[in-house]
Amino acid sequence: MNLDFTPEETAFRDEVRAFIRENYPKELAGMGSREDLTREQFLAWHKILGKKGWSAPAWPKKYGGTGWTSTQRYIWSEENARVDALMPLPFGVSMVGPVIYTFGSEEQKAKHLPGILAGDVWWAQGYSEPGAGSDLASLKTTAVRDGDHYVINGQKTWTTLAQHADWGFFLCRTDPSAKSQEGISFILVDMKTPGIEVRPIRLIDGTHEVNETWLTDVRVPVENLVGKENEGWTYAKFLLAHERSGIAGVARSKRGVERLRSIASSETVDGTPLILNGDFSRKISQLEIDLTALEFTELRTLASEAQGKGPGPESSILKIKGTEIQQRLTELTLEAVGNYGAPYARGMEGHGVNDLGVGPEYSNFAADTYFNMRKTSIYGGSNEIQRNIITKMILGL
Amino acid sequence: MDFNFTEEQTMIRDSLARLIKDQYDFDTRRKVIASSEGWRPKMWAQFAELGLLAAPFSEEDGGLGGGPIDAMVVMEEFGKGLVIEPYLQSVVIGGGFLKRGSDGQKAEHLAPMIAGERVFAFAYAEPKGRYNLADLETTATKDGAGWKISGHKAVVVGAPWASHLIVTARTGGARRDTKGIGVFIVAKDAKGVTTRDYPTVDGRRASEVHFDNVSVGADAVIGDAAGGLPLIERVTDEAIAALCAEACGAMKVAQTMTVEYSRQRKQFGTPIGKFQVLQHKMVDMFMEAEQSVSMTYMATLKLDEDDVTRKKAASAAKVRIGQAGRFVGQNAIQIHGGNGMTDEYAIGHYFKRLTIIDSEFGNVDHHLKRYTDLSATEVLVAAE
Repeated sequence: MNLDFTPEETAFRDEVRAFIRENYPKELAGMGSREDLTREQFLAWHKILGKKGWSAPAWPKKYGGTGWTSTQRYIWSEENARVDALMPLPFGVSMVGPVIYTFGSEEQKAKHLPGILAGDVWWAQGYSEPGAGSDLASLKTTAVRDGDHYVINGQKTWTTLAQHADWGFFLCRTDPSAKSQEGISFILVDMKTPGIEVRPIRLIDGTHEVNETWLTDVRVPVENLVGKENEGWTYAKFLLAHERSGIAGVARSKRGVERLRSIASSETVDGTPLILNGDFSRKISQLEIDLTALEFTELRTLASEAQGKGPGPESSILKIKGTEIQQRLTELTLEAVGNYGAPYARGMEGHGVNDLGVGPEYSNFAADTYFNMRKTSIYGGSNEIQRNIITKMILGL
Repeated sequence: MDFNFTEEQTMIRDSLARLIKDQYDFDTRRKVIASSEGWRPKMWAQFAELGLLAAPFSEEDGGLGGGPIDAMVVMEEFGKGLVIEPYLQSVVIGGGFLKRGSDGQKAEHLAPMIAGERVFAFAYAEPKGRYNLADLETTATKDGAGWKISGHKAVVVGAPWASHLIVTARTGGARRDTKGIGVFIVAKDAKGVTTRDYPTVDGRRASEVHFDNVSVGADAVIGDAAGGLPLIERVTDEAIAALCAEACGAMKVAQTMTVEYSRQRKQFGTPIGKFQVLQHKMVDMFMEAEQSVSMTYMATLKLDEDDVTRKKAASAAKVRIGQAGRFVGQNAIQIHGGNGMTDEYAIGHYFKRLTIIDSEFGNVDHHLKRYTDLSATEVLVAAE
């Protein structure tokens, strides 16, 4: 047991650090947590990584992954977090990609994986419905076979950034007589197909991050079915486990704690830096300690994955603790900025830039980010659902 | 980066687990605790035979070539079995000081400690010093070539079973100065040492130890007689890492025992483990225990890094494990209901051990402050 990097790993770190320094778009520096960017901004780093062959480090090498060890992947995310890089969105790389290369046909792999790797094709996730949130298996959207097509009807919601999407992966009921988890299929849908309407939902932080997606008589070729009909739930669960393992966000939270420390060093209480205020500094310490516990739990999980075990129910721990920490971090950041948490940056002139000239630059968006991050304990299977998963899969109750 | 155990470490774990299963069942333990001796010297001899006492020492020092990870493996199994024998005090702490002593001290003390013939206890705490390792009223004054020690050491765990004590004492400076502190080896039967022995709430034995002009030779001092604090801090951090491992073992058992109980216990016509409010409590217990393991690995693996990194790692682990131990212990009792309150159920004994672990070598508040102060130092240094 040891924490040392081998000389090869140190060389690898230097290599990726240099690559990031030389290639990360300057205009996107420090914007890794922002949600209100253009499609081009979101995809810029992804496209650069795609050319380099580094856009999907977790994928098997034969499908375009990097073949990196778990330690190398850890180094990779640390190095990106150092510059708060805007990483490839999860919908293609972390969600549908692994489902396609694991369960999809050869045609599907050939058609979709290159676009995901290159960052050319934007994917949307069609899981939740107005009546199917945590109880995802109660979804009602139907796909009815009609010759060599499925005809899809229904309504999806919380479709994140679907306003930019080229393709979507949808869970649809293909056997209405089966009980809830059976009879669901996993279908890939071209978002330009007639009958799809994407309507924005404005969130409490003022952003348009999610949408309602209405599907009316949407005709999709049967070859867009992934795996077998009525077995989509298996693929959906597989996807959620994959989604959870990246969800801990350790490297990004470490960067966030550094930022919080620097804010708390600038803010003063009675003339003394906030960071030297016992009450506040102990909150930061507790957060940092909990983050260390999460980091080493993730490292242990990565190490056991490296020995051939896929992401298991343990990834639920990473989801729960990772999101709790992300939320606490934004909460403390808002506390740290004091009065300047109140000005609404998105309601001001020139809100696309960082420095709005009201209060210190670091106070902009502090409240919005805190509001926005409440989503993390709800999405990807709410933290209560994660506890149900651990109850069943690990405690065996 | 590597989280695997060596073959030797796995062997230590397996053979110790077997020994505990065969000879350290709950009823036997209760009888031993209630006996006049309060421990089993024969068990200690078996530990020596298994190589546990030699495991964390280098081969040059007469050990098996292991280190802190070997001690971690042993302590986790001790935690699972609620083993009371003084491995932490004699091997981790006593050995931790002695291996940094002179060749003469190693020959005189370390070799018989590893053989199980000498048992050490750590007399550092004082009635008014709380967790501050430098807050010492015990004095060691120069007396010819040697020293005379006087003072009162509090709650010296394992002292009733010890042949020797490691004693911290002030050799100069004012009461809480970081300079002017020495570490001394004192035979418990030396003239002027008196003890008042008593049981602890978690099944061990401890003593109040009084030193009344106890004479020791120059060879009793480990390291620098005026600059002993860094060594004390280092060994204490090693003890914290080992103690965290013990807590992990105890938490794992308390957590699985609670899950098992919830499967058996029926109320309202159904096993209580079917109630979601209890399920989520037990999931939280599981997560606390798992994260404690992570923190124990972290602290153990950082023991040899620079002082600040090591101290922050040990304090971070102690904070997290203190909180986790309290959460796991309290909820284990709650879910066991009235049965958890009885002496007859093992769970209460895990709860008691976890409770006391938090107060050993500094509790959550102490280490959260230590961690914060160390971080503030970094901020100030960076600002300069």
